[in-house]
Amino acid sequence: MKQLMIGNAAVARGAYEAGVRVVASYPGTPSTEITEVMATFPAEDVYVEWAPNEKVAAEVAIGASIGGARAMTCCKHVGLNVMADPIFTASYTGVGGGLVIAVADDPGMHSSQNEQDSRHYAEAAKLLMLEPADSGECLSYTKAAYALSEQFDTPVLLRLSTRVSHSQSLIEVSDREEVALKDYEKNIPKYVMMPANARGRHVVVEDRIAALTAFAETTDLNTVTMTDKTVGGKKIGVITAGVSDMYAHEALGDSVSYCKLGMVYPLPVDLLRNFAAQCDEVYVIEELDPVIENHCKALGLNVHGKDVFTLIGEYTPAMIAKAVLGEEMPEHASIDAIPGRPPVMCAGCPHRGTFYVLKKLGLTVSGDIGCYTLGAVAPLASVDTTICMGASVSAALGMAKARGDDFAKKLVSVIGDSTFMHSGITGLIDIVYNKGINTVIILDNSITGMTGHQDNPTTGKTIRGEATRQVDLEALCHACGIDWVKVADPFDTKTFEAVVKEACALEAPAVVIAQRPCALLKTVKYTGHCEISDDCRKCGMCLKLGCPAISKREDGTIVIDENQCNGCGLCVGVCPFHAIKKIED
Amino acid sequence: MKTTTNIMIVGVGGQGTLLASRILGNALIREGYDVKVSEVHGMSQRGGSVVTYVKYGDKVWSPIIGEGEADIILAFEQLEAYRALPYLKKGGVVVTGTQCIDPMPVITGAAKYPENLCEKIAAQADLISADAIGMAREAGTIKAANVVLIGILARRTNIPYETWIEVLKTTVPPKFLDVNLKAFDMGWNHQ
Ligand SMILES: Cc1ncc(C[n+]2csc(CCOP(=O)(O)OP(=O)(O)O)c2C)c(N)n1
Ligand code: SF4
Ligand code: SF4
Repeated sequence: MKQLMIGNAAVARGAYEAGVRVVASYPGTPSTEITEVMATFPAEDVYVEWAPNEKVAAEVAIGASIGGARAMTCCKHVGLNVMADPIFTASYTGVGGGLVIAVADDPGMHSSQNEQDSRHYAEAAKLLMLEPADSGECLSYTKAAYALSEQFDTPVLLRLSTRVSHSQSLIEVSDREEVALKDYEKNIPKYVMMPANARGRHVVVEDRIAALTAFAETTDLNTVTMTDKTVGGKKIGVITAGVSDMYAHEALGDSVSYCKLGMVYPLPVDLLRNFAAQCDEVYVIEELDPVIENHCKALGLNVHGKDVFTLIGEYTPAMIAKAVLGEEMPEHASIDAIPGRPPVMCAGCPHRGTFYVLKKLGLTVSGDIGCYTLGAVAPLASVDTTICMGASVSAALGMAKARGDDFAKKLVSVIGDSTFMHSGITGLIDIVYNKGINTVIILDNSITGMTGHQDNPTTGKTIRGEATRQVDLEALCHACGIDWVKVADPFDTKTFEAVVKEACALEAPAVVIAQRPCALLKTVKYTGHCEISDDCRKCGMCLKLGCPAISKREDGTIVIDENQCNGCGLCVGVCPFHAIKKIED
Repeated sequence: MKTTTNIMIVGVGGQGTLLASRILGNALIREGYDVKVSEVHGMSQRGGSVVTYVKYGDKVWSPIIGEGEADIILAFEQLEAYRALPYLKKGGVVVTGTQCIDPMPVITGAAKYPENLCEKIAAQADLISADAIGMAREAGTIKAANVVLIGILARRTNIPYETWIEVLKTTVPPKFLDVNLKAFDMGWNHQ
């Protein structure tokens, strides 16, 4: 029977059916569910792990592949930056068992810090890249990727995007094909990439790209559908890939000819030339960068692309209908200006206490990526910078070195537990090694919150929920050479404030571990809710918390919405007039 | 060319819009339609606006709904209903719960929660509004407010009542089935 499945689940299903045995990833929206779904398949069939970061994850997958198993690693676009080092060289070694790297781009930046186009990596690392357009293709392309990986002895990139990863369409599942472990053979020229061997392998890589380019001409991953119909007397052709193919079909129907590229690197030559030769006008419809367009232009083909389509954000069928057919957008209602609804930290979020204190102390806050990035949103508006995972720690050292110790004493880094494991530790070691006096606050909420609650090395549980050895953050910081490490509860705002002040004043590096679990964890059981009594003098201190449950009426009365409040009690301690009372249900 | 029916489900993170789209999606599959459902996970879950597109017909290509293309908007919150209005097709229907949730700019005093939203919507669309939370409370739990709204929407589709009930039986945990069936009926019978 057909079932609705998001693209990510279909990729997981495809990998499972292709006999994958090892999957290692680090979470990242919109790619996370692939690995989560993998972990729902039997442990006897497939080993699945959350790795501390993408580089480690990719290396685990590469090792598994060399060890003879079909393997996979999944990441979001910026995760590919982190794993770039191993995969550029894995392109040289080739594979043992098939190896697929699923990477999900985020046009429109629904949940990302940039809008990079991962197709550039395929060309740069000289890796075969496939791009499915819906869940059905997610499944079939993933299976095809394993076959091609072994046929051409190459890791394969599977490019997804938010709309493909998170849209559900109908698929049909089939049984898993058991693929035996390949024999492990020591092969120094293939797997030891020192210059003498790598020189030989580079030749193999270029030959492989030539072979793949020839393959691109004939594979049924690339399809051409011609029509004799004309638009305004012209035969129009569109070149599409991924979800833009779906948009194009909806917008243009069968009035144009299609060249849909399922294989986006390497790109075919003759196929595109012949297609263009049969059309009077050709449009390349691709979100983000003009990768296919530039290829066509390099072939001397006269195509439209970014002259009529934007480089920025997601496309829509209406945009395509307008650009290609000159159709006006459908009529629609217009509305008055209204307040936006940006995401906020949940009611009861442990980070709220931390940022309340940091804001009160007027500190410069070198921020990082996670739920706590929302500490940059009003009214807390406490975070000064956010660049990439781990940068809170190392960039703060740079700031301190640039501006001196007095500045450093008014500067803190904030970094989540998962992000600290990912790439904060190395920055901390840099601080110790190079005699920084920075204060780093690890926001230990016992989970990877932002991406939807994944376990990590500090939580004591594996992806399958089994108990495992928990990384001891305090001991780890000590071992890095931080003598002053204190654990504090961010909801005990007075003590927490004193601890942060003490840490900042030191002439030595310091770590504060702000420990309180994420309010959404099943183990967290706040009860009741808070109410504001007649003692309230409308001073507005509690509003500074930015809790979604507390708001001010027009007459200045402060109210707590019982439906939204989860009874965390943070506001109770913040009110100077003790006007907020906890009511147990 | 465009033979699909387009339903947009909007609300605030945490309101249960995802369950609503799951129930709707499953009902449509049972009726033999091609179906696509698109939602964006991530930042939007932290109390931000949440938008889900559900499209069905003989063949669905694009998973997204553009401005002026939705046949029905199912809203869980008034401000979100109004925000989605430009997506409604001319002559389309808006089904909304009357709940209001202050967004952060209103909480901080930077903006005011707009007044008379239902009137504003009714001026430009066919509006069905309901106190879904009140109705759900009557059914047994305010958590079933989303199912009340699904019930109202269900009556406006051509999917038979029995199909919806079958789907509820498979998507709602047995413990909560009775309340949810009751909530669904209240929605189904809402005028
Ligand atoms: C290189 C890279 N990988 C993955 C992500 C996606 N991502 C954003 S925040 C985050 C982890 C947040 O967890 P944590 O640091 O524990 O903070 P929390 O959200 O729990 O507060 C991840 C995985 C990213 N932005 N960049
Ligand atoms: S998911 Fe957890 S850590 Fe993230 S905002 Fe909500 S309570 Fe805070
Ligand atoms: S109103 Fe107070 S007790 Fe309720 S969630 Fe907000 S801070 Fe916590």
